[in-house]
Amino acid sequence: MKQLTSSLATFSLLAMVLVPSALGQNEEEAIAKGLEIAQAAQDVKKGFGNYIAKQVMVLKDRKDRESKRELRVQILEVEEQGDRILFLFEEPRDVRGTALLIHSNEDQPDDQWFFLPATNRVTRLNSSGQSKSFMGSEFSYEDMNPPEVSKFTYKYLREEPCEELNCTVSERVPVSKGSNYSRQLVWHDDEAYRVWKIEYYDRRGDHLKTLTVSDYEQYLEEYWFAQTMIMTNHVNGKSTTLNWSDFEFRVDLDEDDFTQTSLRRTR
Amino acid sequence: MKAILNNFTDASLAHRWWFLGGVLVVVGALSLGVPKVGITSDHFVLFSDDNPQLQTFEQFEDTYVETNRVLIAVSPKQGTIYTKEALAFIEYLTEDAWLVPHATRVDSLVNFDHSEAIDGDLFVAPLVENAADLTDSDVERIQDIAQNSRELVDRLVSEDGSIAAVVINFVFPEERDAAVIEVTDYLRTFIASAQEEFTSFDLYTTGDVVLQRTFFDATQADMFTLIPIVFLVIVVLTFALLRSLFATLAVTLLVICTINVTMGLAGWLSTILNPVTAGIPVIVMTLAIADSIHIVTSTLANMREGMEKRSAIKEALHSNAFPVTVTSLTTALAFLSLNASDSPPFHVLGNFVAFGVIMAWVLSFTLLPALLAVLPLRALPKKEGTRSPFENFANFVISRRYWLLGGGVLVILLTISGVFRLEFTDNWTQYFDKRYKFRTDSDFIAENLTGLESWEFSLDSGQDGNVTDVEFLAKVEAFSSWLREQEEVGYVQTFTDTMKRLNMNMNNDDESFYRLPDDSTLAAQYLLLYEFSLPFGRDLTDQIDIAKAATRVTAAAQDGMTADELKAVASRAEDWLKENAPSLATETTGFTIVFAHLSERNIDSMLLATVIAMGLISMLLVILLKSLTMGFISLLPNYVPAALTFGVWGHFVGSVGLAGSVMTAIAFGIIVDDTTHFLSKYQLARRRGESPESAIRFTFNRVGRALWTTTVVLACGFIVFSLSGFAVTWMLGMMLTITVIFALIADFLFLPPLLLAIDRRK
Repeated sequence: MKQLTSSLATFSLLAMVLVPSALGQNEEEAIAKGLEIAQAAQDVKKGFGNYIAKQVMVLKDRKDRESKRELRVQILEVEEQGDRILFLFEEPRDVRGTALLIHSNEDQPDDQWFFLPATNRVTRLNSSGQSKSFMGSEFSYEDMNPPEVSKFTYKYLREEPCEELNCTVSERVPVSKGSNYSRQLVWHDDEAYRVWKIEYYDRRGDHLKTLTVSDYEQYLEEYWFAQTMIMTNHVNGKSTTLNWSDFEFRVDLDEDDFTQTSLRRTR
Repeated sequence: MKAILNNFTDASLAHRWWFLGGVLVVVGALSLGVPKVGITSDHFVLFSDDNPQLQTFEQFEDTYVETNRVLIAVSPKQGTIYTKEALAFIEYLTEDAWLVPHATRVDSLVNFDHSEAIDGDLFVAPLVENAADLTDSDVERIQDIAQNSRELVDRLVSEDGSIAAVVINFVFPEERDAAVIEVTDYLRTFIASAQEEFTSFDLYTTGDVVLQRTFFDATQADMFTLIPIVFLVIVVLTFALLRSLFATLAVTLLVICTINVTMGLAGWLSTILNPVTAGIPVIVMTLAIADSIHIVTSTLANMREGMEKRSAIKEALHSNAFPVTVTSLTTALAFLSLNASDSPPFHVLGNFVAFGVIMAWVLSFTLLPALLAVLPLRALPKKEGTRSPFENFANFVISRRYWLLGGGVLVILLTISGVFRLEFTDNWTQYFDKRYKFRTDSDFIAENLTGLESWEFSLDSGQDGNVTDVEFLAKVEAFSSWLREQEEVGYVQTFTDTMKRLNMNMNNDDESFYRLPDDSTLAAQYLLLYEFSLPFGRDLTDQIDIAKAATRVTAAAQDGMTADELKAVASRAEDWLKENAPSLATETTGFTIVFAHLSERNIDSMLLATVIAMGLISMLLVILLKSLTMGFISLLPNYVPAALTFGVWGHFVGSVGLAGSVMTAIAFGIIVDDTTHFLSKYQLARRRGESPESAIRFTFNRVGRALWTTTVVLACGFIVFSLSGFAVTWMLGMMLTITVIFALIADFLFLPPLLLAIDRRK
């Protein structure tokens, strides 16, 4: 009798452990693989040090009317912290010299400062919400930031050819309640974990936007950077294109070039 | 001609079963199209593509943002919205409204981005965050900020804080109609469940998306409630007038066939119905019955006089062929004249009613005789010695002719004077009556929060990127201030307010800096700063065009303005710009303005068409009556009733919209039938050498009953229209009812004395 109870107990214990995992085995694998891809994609990007590049931002409305801006972008990798990013406007002329400095933080809201040459003053911008639109474009602030792995949960879905390569398609769900998205689908090639496409689904689960990335170039014989990023909004018919060029890597930049005082010197 | 008719009626009676079968097959085939008839919720169907106000508005929406909005007003049953509970409720609504299908942006005072400067830092944050954790002093601070914000008061919160609004913006896909239904269905459930859970608040909804849904609902309601009522009225009336079960059955079948053929064709042509065209079946039914009643009445009369059924039917067809054909033609012609209207739904209405009238005519000479031949029709024997009541009436009219003529002229002049009190207005918020929640909610919101009518201006600096030019901004500011001074204007939304607020924020919230920057470069940089902090789902094109050349100024109207008042403010604003900022001169636009011009444009376009239709029909009468004098005399009883109706309307109602522009043409085509019947019989008697007095007696005897009968049917049919909750429909129904009654009165009391006075030849 005692034996029976204990074997029953063992059996039910086994059942408790085995049954859910048997049911969720594929699921678990998919989650692990998704995380693995995300981690790898982040890892391959690390170590470039810093770079300067030119960015042309073209906003298009549904009638294909355009508005254009030119910026210089400086990025500095900082170990154990987030990256430092400086956007410096060159065109249109009346905003030339306007600068936006971002210190991205892993676990708390990013720090932002801006400098308006006409006021000759640096102001700290305490703006709550990653969900803001990025400079009135179809990119939101959260789309622009290189996403920390910890900000999403992942699930590998399938493989699919993309361009001339083979891509994995993973789903990622933002952890933060403040996100505008219910989920995103990301296409990574399995050669160098480059992102080729991201589909953004709004809070209702409707397909809101698609980012397509192309014209990858390799720098420092290691790092792949895209020259063209197009964000298309399927609901309002607008799009934003980012054209990157004139990359210069490992130039003479350090943390001192990304401080409030450095903002004034940018002109 | 007579031979053809003879052969045709012989054939139709001899091969009655073939005729019945053939007609029913054709009717059946066309009827299959009925389910293909669609219903639209697009309120812009009322406008033609080349409507200049619509074009300006579309251009405006192209430049800025297409406005598809729903406004949910939150009204606490007690106190103001400045309590923790109320703010938490608004927060809940604001967050969950993002889940409404096709929503792109939700705005309320909760997620309003408030910016302030603290120690030189700029803080931009939603005004309310985590409402459930607010302290009393937080609530006080929120109240203080909200009540002093030009960007909030009268827009997202009322001045006294008794009501707040959650505004949802939508971008719709190609399939607009389906999207509107999806959104409004979702909202109904959403609001009902919110209302259930939070019982201490009342919720009201309005906005153009809800208007569109109501447009759809009204079309459907009119189709499903008015049609059965009209049908019932027609069956009961027909039975009352004909006193024969089988004759009523024949007429009813004819009406059913006519309506099926007409709506079937509409379906095969993929017609999409709206509240205006929803009237087609009702009008067609009402008109279709007239022909058949004339024929059936004659048949029964003939049988009563002892004729064998088949010859009775044949005689009835012969004696009615001419007048029924003429009246069908004139009616169809009048409805076809609606094609001149500036409002496309009236083209569809005119064409299908004209088609229905012709179909009723065709079926009256094919289906009807075959049916009468097949059905076991019996006529009650004639009662001996009864004199027609119409003969007594004729004697009365003849003996009192001078009184009637003089009194008639006096009454006509007095009544018509009301025309000067008429005011033409189309007001989209008042298109639906109070049975629709849209109307009561809109009225409440307009009264307590914000006017729903607004004027829109696009002020163009003339050069790309120049929207931040300080001289241009100063002019925009001056114009906005001028608008704020106008007593008709509620709140004014202008980008210069944002500029001023940013300038103040950037100067440590020093109120003396709540003014425009004095340097264009600085203004441009402020604009960029503003773009840095735009919330999700909102971009600058809401207020500034993509080339940064132009900006939009919106002025909301105070509640309860008429189209004329709205137009007056618009033209005053245009004049102000011409005078004070000529380079910015622009046309006022907006949904309100497009609607405000609707009636006027329609009246202009219909005026000529009505005159042409009347001219053609009058000429037709001159030819048919073979007398110029008779033709001229006919003008009076044909024209006067519509004028009388407008007079009565002016005296008792005052405002008339779209319905008024088409009423005259429609009424004319219908009432001309009475005059035609009356004058043709009068003429017949006169030609036979009878005196005018005896000709009038003859006419009353022959057509008195038929005119009386058709008028009763028409009036009862059209009065059903007034049950509609859609203003254009019920006004049209009321006006047509009044007009057909006036027409009968004119034909019975005014036309005979007139004939006696003018027609003196022997």
